[in-house]
Amino acid sequence: MIMSDLTKLTIAAARDALRRGDVTSAELTQSCLAAIDGADALNAFVHKTPEVATAQAASADDRIKSGEAPDLCGIPLGIKDLFCTKGVPSQAASRILDGFKPEYESTVTTQLFEQGAVMLGKLNMDEFAMGSSNETSVYGDAVNPWRDGQTQLTPGGSSGGSASAVAADLCLGATGTDTGGSIRQPAAFTGITGIKPTYGRVSRWGIVAFASSLDQAGPMTKDVRDSAILLRAMAGFDPKDSTSADIPVPDFEAALTGDIKGKVIGIPKEYRMDGMPAEIEKLWSDGTAMLRDAGAEIRDISLPHTKYALPAYYVIAPAEASSNLARYDGVRFGHRAKLEQGDGITEMYEKTRAEGFGDEVKRRVMVGTYVLSAGFYDAYYNRARRVRALIKRDFDQVFAEGVDAILTPATPSSAFGLGTMAEADPISMYLNDVFTVTVNLAGLPGISVPAGLDAKGLPLGLQLIGRPWEEADLLNVAYSLERAAGFVAKPDRWW
Amino acid sequence: MSIDTETARRVAKLARIRVEDDALPGLAQEFNAILGFIEQLSEVDVDGIEPMTSVTPQRLFRRDDLVTDGDQQDKVLENAPDAREGFFAVPKVVE
Repeated sequence: MIMSDLTKLTIAAARDALRRGDVTSAELTQSCLAAIDGADALNAFVHKTPEVATAQAASADDRIKSGEAPDLCGIPLGIKDLFCTKGVPSQAASRILDGFKPEYESTVTTQLFEQGAVMLGKLNMDEFAMGSSNETSVYGDAVNPWRDGQTQLTPGGSSGGSASAVAADLCLGATGTDTGGSIRQPAAFTGITGIKPTYGRVSRWGIVAFASSLDQAGPMTKDVRDSAILLRAMAGFDPKDSTSADIPVPDFEAALTGDIKGKVIGIPKEYRMDGMPAEIEKLWSDGTAMLRDAGAEIRDISLPHTKYALPAYYVIAPAEASSNLARYDGVRFGHRAKLEQGDGITEMYEKTRAEGFGDEVKRRVMVGTYVLSAGFYDAYYNRARRVRALIKRDFDQVFAEGVDAILTPATPSSAFGLGTMAEADPISMYLNDVFTVTVNLAGLPGISVPAGLDAKGLPLGLQLIGRPWEEADLLNVAYSLERAAGFVAKPDRWW
Repeated sequence: MSIDTETARRVAKLARIRVEDDALPGLAQEFNAILGFIEQLSEVDVDGIEPMTSVTPQRLFRRDDLVTDGDQQDKVLENAPDAREGFFAVPKVVE
C-alpha cells in the first residue's frame, strides 16, 4: 500500500489490514502524523502528540501480533480538546485553561486507550463547545477542507477540528461532543458521519462540562460502519458519571444488515421551515424516497413543539453553563489575571474571567446567570424546563405509535464562509442547530449521514433520530441510507 | 422585559466577569436580542407540566458513603496558578 493512501482507510478496513498483517499500526500512525504536519492550514490539530502516538502504535503492534486485539487496536484517532487527557494540554479551546495538563484521563479516552487506540493529538473546537462555526476558539478558526471556489469555509462547530481532520484524512476517526448539534452539524458540513448517542450512553467523566443535562460524546467517522465500531468502544456504564446508564452495550457493527423492510420512518412536518432552501428540501425528499425504496414505511408525523426547542435550549444550556463554568475562578487551574496592589479575591475572579473567557462564552454565562437570578428563575428557567418536557413528550408519542426512526435535514444550509457571520446577531448563528437541538433536549440518539452535494459542490447531510437506547437500529437505518445515497465525494486537496 | 445598562452591570457582577462601563450598553443590547428570542416560550401552554429534571427516567446513581480515593495533594495542586505549603493561595479574603 502507498503510505499516503493509508490515512484514507476506514477504521474497519484498517482493522482488517492490521489483522492480516498487511500494514502495521506504526505505518498507519506515521502516515497520519505526516498528513497532519502537511495540513497546518486546516488548523484542525492544535496539540500534536507524536511521541504518545508512536509509543501507543508500538504497543498496539505487539498486541496485534499476539492475536488478542480489539477492533480499535492500532487505529490512529484525533481527540477533541474537550476531553481531558493525562499530561497533555486539554483546554477546551479556551484561554482560561491555558497551560492546563490534567492529572487524570477521561473515561472515554481511558476506554479507547485500553482497547489499543492511538492518539495523534488534540483537535480544535469552539471555546467550551459554544459555537456552530469553530470561530470562537482561542486557537483560531478550524478550516473546512471543502472550499467554495477560493472561499474558506467553516467546518461547523463545535467539533470543527474533528470534522475537518476526518474529512481531510488526517486521522481514521475522531471523538466529538454534542450539546445542541456539535457532532451532527460539522459532520454534515464536511461530508462525514457523526452520531450523538442516547443521553447516558457514553460517560461524561473527564469531559469539560458545558451543559451537563445535554452533553454527550460520540464518534465522527468516514462512514456508518466506523461510527458503529467507535461508538461501541466509547460507550458503557461508568460509576464516575452519575447519569451514566447501566445498560449493556450491543455490538453495533453486527446490527448493520442494511435490511430496513417494514421499519416505520417518520417525516415531521414542523421541520419544513419557512424559507427552507430548495436544495435542502430536495435532499430530504430524495432521502425519503431512498428509505421507501429500501422497504421502509414512510409516515407523516407531527412534533408540535419543535419551534420552541431553540428558545428552550438557549435558556437551559446557558443556565447550566453559568453553573459549570463557575469553577474557572483562577484558583485551582488555568489562567489567573495579574492583580493590582490592593485587589482582593473578587477582583481576582472578575479580572481572571474577563481575560480568560471569549465573547460568546461570556455572553452565555451572563445570560445563564440572568435566567437563574432571583425573580426570573420561574419565568425563564422553569418555563424552559416545562417546554423541554413537552418536546420530549412529542417524541415519546410518535415512538409509541410505532415510528422507528425520524428523517430530517441535518442543517439548514451547506457550510458557510468563515467570517460571514461576524456581524450577524448571535441568534442567526444559533439557527444552525434548528434541526439538531430537539434531539439533545429529548436525550435521543441522532446521526448525520452525508447524502448529497449542493449546487456549489458542497456536502449536505441528512439526520436520522432514533428511539432511546436503540442506536443499533438507528445505525442500521443510517447504513441503508448511506448505501442508497452512495456519497463518495472528497474535497480536492489544496492545503 | 427590557434590560438596561444597570441590569447588565448587575448581571456581569453576579457572573464575576469584569465588563468595562463603555461595553455595558452593547451587552445590554445583546441580552435584549437573546431574551427577545427566548420570549417565544411564553406562548406555550405549560399548565400541569412538571419541569424536566432528568431526560431519562432513572434515579441518579448512588454509591456507598465510603472513602474510595485520596492522598493526591500533589496532583490536586499541580495545576494551581499559585500553591504554597500544600494549599491553594489566593489574595487576602478577610480584611
